[in-house]
Amino acid sequence: MKILPSNVLYIDLSRRRVWIEDRRELFEEWIGGAGVAIKLLEEECPKNADPFGPENPIIFAVGPFTGFYPIASKTIAMFKSPLTGNLGESHCGGRSALAIRMAGYGAIVVKGTSETPVYLAIHGEKTYFREGSAIWNMANSYTVGRILRDKEPGAGARTIMRIGRAGEKLIPYACVVTETYRHFGRLGLGAVFGSKKLKAIVVSGKKSLPVVDSKAYREVYKEIFTLLVDSPSMKKYHELGTSMNVNPLNELKALPTRNLKEANFEEAEKISGETFAKDFLGRRLACAHCPVSCIHLATLRTPYDSEPYFYKSKMISYDYETIYALGSMIGIGDPKELLKLLDEVEALGLDAISTGIALAWATEAQEKGLISTKETNGLYLKWGDAETYLKAIRCLVNQINDFYKALGKGVDYASAIYGGKEFALAFGKNEMPGYHTGLGAHLGFLIGSRHSHLDCAGYSIDQKIIASGKNLTIEDLTQELISEEAWRQILSSLVICFFARGIYKPELIIKAFKPLGVEFTEGSLKAIGNKILKAKYEFKVREGFQLSKLRIPERILQTSAPAGEFSKETIINGLRLAEEKLASL
Amino acid sequence: MRVFKLVKRLAVVDVDLCVGCQCCMMACNRRFGEAGVAKSAIHIRSAGGIERGFIVLVCRACLDPPCMKVCPTDALSKRLGGGVILNQNKCVGCKLCVNACTIGAIFWDDVNEKPVICVHCGYCVDFCPYNVIKMEEID
Repeated sequence: MKILPSNVLYIDLSRRRVWIEDRRELFEEWIGGAGVAIKLLEEECPKNADPFGPENPIIFAVGPFTGFYPIASKTIAMFKSPLTGNLGESHCGGRSALAIRMAGYGAIVVKGTSETPVYLAIHGEKTYFREGSAIWNMANSYTVGRILRDKEPGAGARTIMRIGRAGEKLIPYACVVTETYRHFGRLGLGAVFGSKKLKAIVVSGKKSLPVVDSKAYREVYKEIFTLLVDSPSMKKYHELGTSMNVNPLNELKALPTRNLKEANFEEAEKISGETFAKDFLGRRLACAHCPVSCIHLATLRTPYDSEPYFYKSKMISYDYETIYALGSMIGIGDPKELLKLLDEVEALGLDAISTGIALAWATEAQEKGLISTKETNGLYLKWGDAETYLKAIRCLVNQINDFYKALGKGVDYASAIYGGKEFALAFGKNEMPGYHTGLGAHLGFLIGSRHSHLDCAGYSIDQKIIASGKNLTIEDLTQELISEEAWRQILSSLVICFFARGIYKPELIIKAFKPLGVEFTEGSLKAIGNKILKAKYEFKVREGFQLSKLRIPERILQTSAPAGEFSKETIINGLRLAEEKLASL
Repeated sequence: MRVFKLVKRLAVVDVDLCVGCQCCMMACNRRFGEAGVAKSAIHIRSAGGIERGFIVLVCRACLDPPCMKVCPTDALSKRLGGGVILNQNKCVGCKLCVNACTIGAIFWDDVNEKPVICVHCGYCVDFCPYNVIKMEEID
């Protein structure tokens, strides 16, 4: 007997029908998470689907370790991205993965479009289409969460995924917020929810799942748990959280600043993990079934202007990427102002990274006279001016004119209309993550299937190059990026958080599978990883993606990076090599 | 011989240390050799949004347990050191104990139709990385 998830819950919003299929064969061959999700996406998403049409499915998938072992706590979402027009893949923690598995599912497929606003309540084997009109047009995602917490059962064993105004307005980088502080952040799942008139999904359940060998299961569990709690590699996530990267990257001159005109921010210390911990850290939280608690919430106390002695104290989540995007990238060095911006994008349900990079591009475009106050609705965007940026975010989310509509489609789109492509920092149309370490990072953003730093961690290769002083040939670099991305498909099929990538090595994964009655070898795992990456790449190509046609923003060549200079020709060469390698996986 | 010193109960030390990882819940369920949460006698939920912190729901070993008083079949008996011991064979699954527990610390096993009540074994304590819970000796 193999203990694997097998049930796939299908929900058709158009016909208001729900059914469950046993898709055991999918999980046996493709493990779960990213592997199962790409197969379901292939099945459900027709070629050239309109990302906002009923034909674009939303797939959620969890893995065989979810509920069994700690930190297998991510849910993988796949859909056709309205931002890039090809593969939409976004990972989210919180309580989502455990709730889906405990409700009895390995994956959930949401198809069709509802005519009227709706939210889904999935409690174990029961799924309900609930009236969503009262929470539609509700701008604040915090409020939606509070209402559904009271309205729905399952406290402590549920996830509440919801969108804010950005998703309703179909902004292609709108996110889905879960448990208030975690996100399906990138590539626009929030807008796909919005296009389906789907405001939220609540999932709850409490199952007990058998294993084949209880004694071995408890032993392996204990081993993994101890590694997660005691390992030095987990320490940074555990203590300062991801924001501990601000200072080291700044010292390295790899922290993109003011739209990457520079890579060093003179006020970095003020928005560093150390400062946030000292002055603002109010609470630390964990995803369900993860002992690490990397989620850091700042407490921000602000007075009301209208009434003396009235204050509001808000808990606001911060991470390295969001500090970069809405901090250094737009020149914000005041931590309180930065927190206000983070709070606003959270409430509106925008992806913080894309929003920050959009504002950074717009600021430089205005500086260079490509746009004027006519476009910005009278705003003078200025580095470090948070108050004006808050106004711009509201203009953007409310889509008040053609300029903000264009900006809402991403910097690739906006720069094609207004100019300034050379400093429009998007890769494969997805806005840039916060690493200007060198060629590895940038080539990784371009060739990674999600155009994310998490695809293949090029920044980590750059850092090794910086430390050792030994350069890689473009051939070796490309190969290393692709091998890393292929292996990460296994982690994201097991839905193991990448923070634990140093713990869940092949031998430990093989060992952990045994009490579940499942046998793998390192070779068989790696072969599946290659297969998943190839399937993802093929989906992208099917939807018109071409590595050789990717736009390379000149700015990344102009601002020097710590791992050394690189040329456009080298990148083009890398893209050509990647194309060959991915095709022959 | 001071046997009484060995009697222990599970105690919540400081709920504000709880990060909501729910590893204690998963540990409790593993006592039965299974993964998941259905058989867990300890539950963690948010105090109204995770930004407000968490609530640890678990039997606090009452010395005069109300759940025991309402059991019509005497399936619950006093545990040395507080709390109760369930005799599965006597239990008829009436749920009166669930309603009688003032702090909501009796859970329900939907498959077996029996209450799930902490036996104060302390297995969960080893899986709480933040020392929210501990085993406490009772005089």
